[in-house]
Parts: sequence; C-alpha cells; structure tokens
Amino acid sequence: MTESIKTGAAVGEPVAASPAPTAFLEVRDLRVHFPTDDGLVKSVDGLSFSLEKGKTLGIVGESGSGKSVTSLGIMGLHTAGQYGKRKAQISGEIWLDGTELLSADPDHVRRLRGREMAMIFQDPLSALHPYYTIGRQIVEAYRVHHDVDKKTARRRAIEMLDRVGIPQPDKRVDNYPHEFSGGMRQRAMIAMSLVNNPELLIADEPTTALDVTVQAQILDLIRDLQKEFGSAVIIITHDLGVVAELSDDILVMYGGRCVERGPAEKVFYEPRHPYTWGLLGSMPRLDRDQQERLIPVKGSPPSLINVPSGCAFNPRCPYADVPKDNITRTVRPELTEVGGRHWAACHMTQEQRERIWTEEIAPKL
Amino acid sequence: MLAYLIRRLLAVVIMVLVVLLATFTVFYMLPKWAGQDIAVLFAGKATGAEQVEGIRTKLGLDEPLLVQFWEFVKGIPMGRTFANGNDVTECPAPCFGYSFVTEEPVWDTLKDAMPVTLALAAGACVLWLAAGVATGVVSALKRGSVWDRGAMIAALGGVSLPIFFTGMVAMGIFVHSLGWVHVEDSLSTDDSIGVWFETLLLPWIVLALLNAAMYARLTRATMLDVLGEDYIRTARAKGLGERVVITQHALRSAMTPILTVFGLDIGVLLGGAVLTESTFNLPGLGLAAVQAISSKDLPVILGVTLFAALAIAVANLVVDLLYAVIDPRVRLG
Repeated sequence: MTESIKTGAAVGEPVAASPAPTAFLEVRDLRVHFPTDDGLVKSVDGLSFSLEKGKTLGIVGESGSGKSVTSLGIMGLHTAGQYGKRKAQISGEIWLDGTELLSADPDHVRRLRGREMAMIFQDPLSALHPYYTIGRQIVEAYRVHHDVDKKTARRRAIEMLDRVGIPQPDKRVDNYPHEFSGGMRQRAMIAMSLVNNPELLIADEPTTALDVTVQAQILDLIRDLQKEFGSAVIIITHDLGVVAELSDDILVMYGGRCVERGPAEKVFYEPRHPYTWGLLGSMPRLDRDQQERLIPVKGSPPSLINVPSGCAFNPRCPYADVPKDNITRTVRPELTEVGGRHWAACHMTQEQRERIWTEEIAPKL
Repeated sequence: MLAYLIRRLLAVVIMVLVVLLATFTVFYMLPKWAGQDIAVLFAGKATGAEQVEGIRTKLGLDEPLLVQFWEFVKGIPMGRTFANGNDVTECPAPCFGYSFVTEEPVWDTLKDAMPVTLALAAGACVLWLAAGVATGVVSALKRGSVWDRGAMIAALGGVSLPIFFTGMVAMGIFVHSLGWVHVEDSLSTDDSIGVWFETLLLPWIVLALLNAAMYARLTRATMLDVLGEDYIRTARAKGLGERVVITQHALRSAMTPILTVFGLDIGVLLGGAVLTESTFNLPGLGLAAVQAISSKDLPVILGVTLFAALAIAVANLVVDLLYAVIDPRVRLG
C-alpha cells in the first residue's frame, strides 16, 4: 500500500487508512483467497478501484483472472450461504455509498443485495429457477425489499418486463424461463435485477452465453437503462469489444491483480502494459488485413496457488528481459501512473513502453 | 396435460396386461414344463386320479393357455363360475381366481390383507420421508461437520441392517423386555384404531428407519448438487434470506429425484412388505404371499403378483403426474 500512497491521491487511486471515501463504490486492497487441498488459491490478491454513480467500469481479463470472484465479493456472495468448513478468506475494504461491506452485519449486507446492488449473470437459463415463472421470480425480488401486496408487485414486474423490451409483458410474465429465448431470458434477468432501482449493477459476462445478434441489443439495453436509472455499472467480460462500447473506465486483471487501469480511450489507444497489448492483438477485427493473423497471448493463465514471482505475467511476456537485472522475475511491479488517471504495473520504463507500443505493436493491430 | 394423462393411463393398462400375461404363463406353464401336473398341485397329493380329472375340468385346465388367460381376465370384471357337473364354485367379481388351499376366492384373501399393508406403508412412508429428508437437508447444510458425519454413519448403519434383525431387536426390547408396546397376534378391520396403531408402531419405525437412512443420503447428495446451481446464487443475489433460499429454491428442486425413488419404494411396499410383515407377523399382502408360496397356492401367488405390479404401475403414474406439477418443463412432453 505504501507504493500506492506515493504514486498519488488522484481520483480513483486508493488511499490507505482513510475511512471516508468520496466515491460511490470504492474497493481497497481486496483479497479473496480459497483454501483447497492443493494450497491457497489467491483468486483476487490486492485489488483496488473506485466507481462513481452513472459511470461504467469494465473489468477485463481471461478466465481465472479473478473478475467474477471480485464481483461476487462485492455482492457478499462468498460468505452468504456458504456451508461447510472451507470458507473463502476475504480481506480489504469494500465501501458502497459510505458503508463498508466486509465488516458490516451480514444481514445488513443481505438487505443491500438486490436493492442497492444487483447482479446479472452469464447464463440466464441456469441463473433463473426452472420451476418458477419469470413473473414470480421478479415479484419475489421486489417483495423482499418492498412491503407491497402481490398484485402491486406483479404490476411492477410487468412494467419492468415492458421496460426491457419484452413483447406482451402481461402474458409473458406467466411464462417459465424455458419458454423464453436466450436473449429474452437475459432481458428478464435484467428486469429482475433492476426491479428495485439498484444504484450499483454488476453484469458478469452478460452477453457471453447469447447469440451474437442478440449481444448488441443487450448491451444497448444496459446502456439505456444505465442512463435512465443513473446507476453505477460494472461490466465483467473477457471481450474487449463489449467494454469498448460501454465503459468509461477499463480495469485489466491478470492473475488476481490489476495490471492496467484508466479511461477507456487511453487503455485502448495508449495501452501501457504488455498483457493489454496481447488482449488487443487477440481481438478479431474486420478492418484487419486478411493475411495478418491474430496475435495470441502465448502460454496459459498463471497458477493462482503458485503465482509466478515478480511480475505474474513474466513467463508469457515477450518483453520480460527488457528491464535490467532480472527484476521482472524477482520484484512484483506496482501500479504507477502513466498518464492522467491511467495506471499500469510494469517494470519497463515509460519510454520503453511508448516506443514498443508505437513501433512494434500498434502498426500490427 | 389431458393428452399426457391419457397417454400415461394407457401405458399403465398395457403394462399391467403384459405383467398379467407373463405371470400367468409362468405360473401355469412352468409346472407343466417341469413335468408336474397342475391339477395335481391344486388337488393336493392324496387324491385319486378321478378327482384330479374333475378339478382339471372344473378349473378349465384342459383348455389352451390363451383361452384360460381370457377366462381369467374376463373374470376380473365379470366374476366366474367354476363347474364340473354338480360341483359348482362361485367366484364373484372381481374374481382373481379361486384358491383350493384356503377354499375361498383369491380376492377375499387380498381384500383382508390389503388394509394391513396399506396402513403399514402409509405410516412408515410419512415417518421416513420426514426423518430422511430433514436429516439429509441438515447434513448438506452442515457438510463436513460432526453432525453430518454422525448422521451419515448412522444412515450407513440403517441401510446395512436387515429388517429382520432390527425388527427382532426392537420386538425383544420394547415388547418382551420393557413391555412398553402391546402387540396383537393378528389384525382385522374390526379392531380399533388404537390396536392398529400400537401393533403397527414398531413395524412403522423399523421400516421407516431403513428407508429414512437411504433418503437421508439421497437428500444430502441432491441438496449439495442443487446448492451449487446458478439459480441458488441468483436467489441470494436478490437478497433473499437463507431460509427462503433453502426451502423455496433449493428444496423444491431437490424434491424431483427424491420423488422418483419414493414412487418406486411406495409401489414395491404396497405390493407387500414381505420381510417386515413376516418379522412382525402382520397379516398383509407380503405375509399372504409367503404363506401362498409355502403351500404352493398358485392362484394366490398370481393374485398378489398382479396386485403388486398394479401398485407399482399406479405409484409410478402418480409420480409422473407429480413431476408435471413440480417441474413445468415436463408439461411440454
């Protein structure tokens, strides 16, 4: 944490031991570890970010980078209803609108879930209960937080279904999830999560399980609803195209940590971390020349039990030997500011990274 | 839904007819193949050749098998008259055959035995469902705890111990040593509810213990599966309390596999809990079957088999219909 204090108290940068955050959502040094037979899995290991109302943060990374674990951590779903001995170990601070969630009473956090913060999941078919009608599930979500009779709640459910673009909502409200198409199910899921006007909406890979033709519609819907409700939105995805369209800020995760964070246009047009370059290189684009191939990130995601020493990305990084004295393999790089509100964690100097980006990477994209 | 119901009912009728044909063939042809004269079996050993021929004519055993089968099926709704000259025996509808060992229609034997088996099954299944499911749910929620391990070891014991052992031990302790329970030698519909209750109490518990153990393990495994489902996470993400998540979201899904096994178990049980009834000397279908087998009373064996098959078929039909009630996705099929 000392490092981050040094690097600045600019907007969004975590400041240790200051209990009154100004941001709507502020996550400080979040760590989520899971004890297993093979060792401690450090799914999230020191993550900090903040988010204002009405803004959208895109969290990007490959499978196992800790994106979903982070979102479940904010929702308090690592501890709620987790039975058995092996509980997730969570530390750090999560401030939501002035309340620190990790130290708060679990029942208080439960009452915030669904009302203050809501979540949309990846696969709406498995995320909706197969035995209950769409209407019943939305009504349930509404009545948990509002003391109203079933009729009122049902009207509200129909109104929400209508709002998310489901035709004939007064009829469809009595359908079961299996009677909906994939896109409709995700719309219903969004209706359910927005029924209580939450101020924070977390969308965990909201379009991954959907047809490509439907993906754009769902993203448009999320954007429209955000404008209408003014909520803060976190979009979690491995698809840079998704965040490019929606996000104000982008946070790139690797091995449970943030490797680059900044305004979307900065991360896209002036990325300062080799992993982000890799992500951009492996994104298919129509305007790319046919002869040119995708540039994949070589190797596989790091083990979260034995995280590589030094920079977690070093075994896969083509530039690991650019910094001197083998430092990439011994010292873990901290996030340093590389521009206005733009941070990256890399041992290469600013000049080295700028040169590699403009001369070697950008021309190939 | 109606088409579904009709289709299922039709399937039950066909299944029962197939079972009937198969058992009928086995019971009437097997002795012949084994070189035994079925008329001799019916008549008993110490009878003359003339009497044997008389019985053969009276029961129609000289007719081809298909004719005999048809007469049997026809007898169920219409009743039958067995006659050989002046020797006439009436078997009123529903006629499931006539036993020459007990000298009464098979239906009378079944009719007397059914209430006992029904009462035994009804009481036991309520007990084992309640105990088994509750234990299983608590075990799943406290996975890995002392309670969970203890319950699962106890359940393993419950599954492993045969009913004639637990039954004997229970009788020895509670009836003979402590004298807490007074047991009647036999039960009839004339006896009071109190007598039935007291006589059936130990059989209920012993039978329930065996099944509860199995249901506890099944419920635990199913609950653990369901608790890992995405929609359970969704339910929590909505801010629902844990009690609602468990009872309304998890348990409802967990009921489907439990119901499947329950349908089979109750069907088998209604056909006669042979071991329990023998151990406790309860005059139910199981005991009737055992007695019929030891006295080679073919018509009664056939009758009990038929009834058992019918019980299983009906229980499965009810389960299938309940599926449709529980799981809306089944209603499409």
